Amino acid sequence: MSAFLRVEGVNRRFGGYLALNDVSCEVARGHVHALIGPNGAGKTTLFNVISGVLRPTAGRIFLDGRDYTGLRPDGVSRLGVARNFQQVRLVRQLSAVENVMIGCHAGIYRGVAGNLAEFFGLGGAEKAAREKSREMLAFVGMAGKAEVPVDQLTLVDQRRLEVARALASEPSLLLLDEPAAGMNPTELDELKTLIQAIRDRGITIVLVEHHMRLVMSIADRITVLSAGTVIASGTPSEVRQDAAVISAYLGTA
Amino acid sequence: MLSSYWDSVCIFLGINILLGISLYIPMVCGLISLGQGGFMAIGAYVAVMLTKAGAPFVVALVAGALVAAVAGLIVGAPALRIRGIYVMILTLGFGEIVRVFFLNFEPTGGASGLGGIPPLTELWQIVLSCVLAYLLVWRIRQLRFGRAMIAIHDDDLAAEAMGINLTRTKLMSFSLGAFIAGIAGGFYAHYALFIDANQFDFSRSAMTFLYVVLGGTVNPFGPVLGAAIVTLLPEVLRVVQDWRMTVFGTLLILIAIWRPDGILRTAGFRK
Repeated sequence: MSAFLRVEGVNRRFGGYLALNDVSCEVARGHVHALIGPNGAGKTTLFNVISGVLRPTAGRIFLDGRDYTGLRPDGVSRLGVARNFQQVRLVRQLSAVENVMIGCHAGIYRGVAGNLAEFFGLGGAEKAAREKSREMLAFVGMAGKAEVPVDQLTLVDQRRLEVARALASEPSLLLLDEPAAGMNPTELDELKTLIQAIRDRGITIVLVEHHMRLVMSIADRITVLSAGTVIASGTPSEVRQDAAVISAYLGTA
Repeated sequence: MLSSYWDSVCIFLGINILLGISLYIPMVCGLISLGQGGFMAIGAYVAVMLTKAGAPFVVALVAGALVAAVAGLIVGAPALRIRGIYVMILTLGFGEIVRVFFLNFEPTGGASGLGGIPPLTELWQIVLSCVLAYLLVWRIRQLRFGRAMIAIHDDDLAAEAMGINLTRTKLMSFSLGAFIAGIAGGFYAHYALFIDANQFDFSRSAMTFLYVVLGGTVNPFGPVLGAAIVTLLPEVLRVVQDWRMTVFGTLLILIAIWRPDGILRTAGFRK
């Protein structure tokens, strides 16, 4: 198994609190890799470390063999890592499609010449980015909502919009932090289909999710965090039978 | 043609609109400057030294604005590490530094000021500059750079995670604003014909701030409207002229209570 994302001995300390304690895990290319564990286990902290929002106190992170520890979030994004946020973080002043275009930011024109051409409407890159963003919206099931202001979207649509925005940056690795929060059974089914469709595009996914039925049905591998340490890692059936996982998180139902 | 009185009002209106736009640009990405007077001073002094040396007006204006833009980069760099009210304090300090510098800098007249400036500013040049500056901010909002600025304003963490370079975007917006303030300074100097450091003091920066807060920070027409209200009201209402600061202070309080985003609070012009 060749590791696409490799987290190696990562520690993250907040003052006297050790949120991540020597965390190591490997995500294979093309997998849906779930990260589960009780609240406060460090799942979101690990996402923040992987996406460059937080620097690890110790340890290293590799994408496709390249060490990118310490890179700023915009650099990590340009490397091909995209994410959503557990607490939705959209640009309220912009419409849905313009939010997706934010995801295109690094991928479109740059430099003096590029900006001048677009300023006078001669480049066509803005138009292409808008077109691509509309396609992304349709892909996540939001066709027809392109011009809606963000505030008028339901929370579920806002979550979908964040996924569309992340996909617009053409990532090779997508980090999804609790995308199912607040979804009803129908929406959950749609989300499952969406995640599979994203994987079928060749994008590796790391998924933080509490919804166990979704996780167990979609994940290729699972890593379980508890109190900042990895307590188990394996296929869904292995993890489900792991005694430590059952006592720390799953329970005996 | 306009009477010389209205000619003069319109020229000052235009200069104030340019100043309002110069502050509006960094405010789009959440950087509030209380030092636009400093950039204006730099543009004014540099342009005057050049026209006095025989340079064409356009060249002098642009050169002054470029020096102001470089100053914007220098002031903007430390402003990247701080937010909100601390950026205001930093730029306020910058404005004072520039004022005191020109007050003591003998080659540009020092405390006795700088006179004998050729009268080169004409109304049509100001109108043209205002139209260009307005089109610039209006168009930028529809482009990659403008979206990046708005994203930083709303949520800099999400913006950065989407691949937006915070440093570059903030510095560019600060510097672009300083450039326009520099142009305004050049026009001002070649109309006033005499400048000294105290014409670019804190009250100049504060009035510029008032234009934008009054008019609105989410719509590019906001600073234009704000500058127009503040400049024209004292001309048409005698009472406002006598109680200038009281009226504007009251207006600011009312705006803060009822329309914290300014008079024009929707983005508009976008369908």
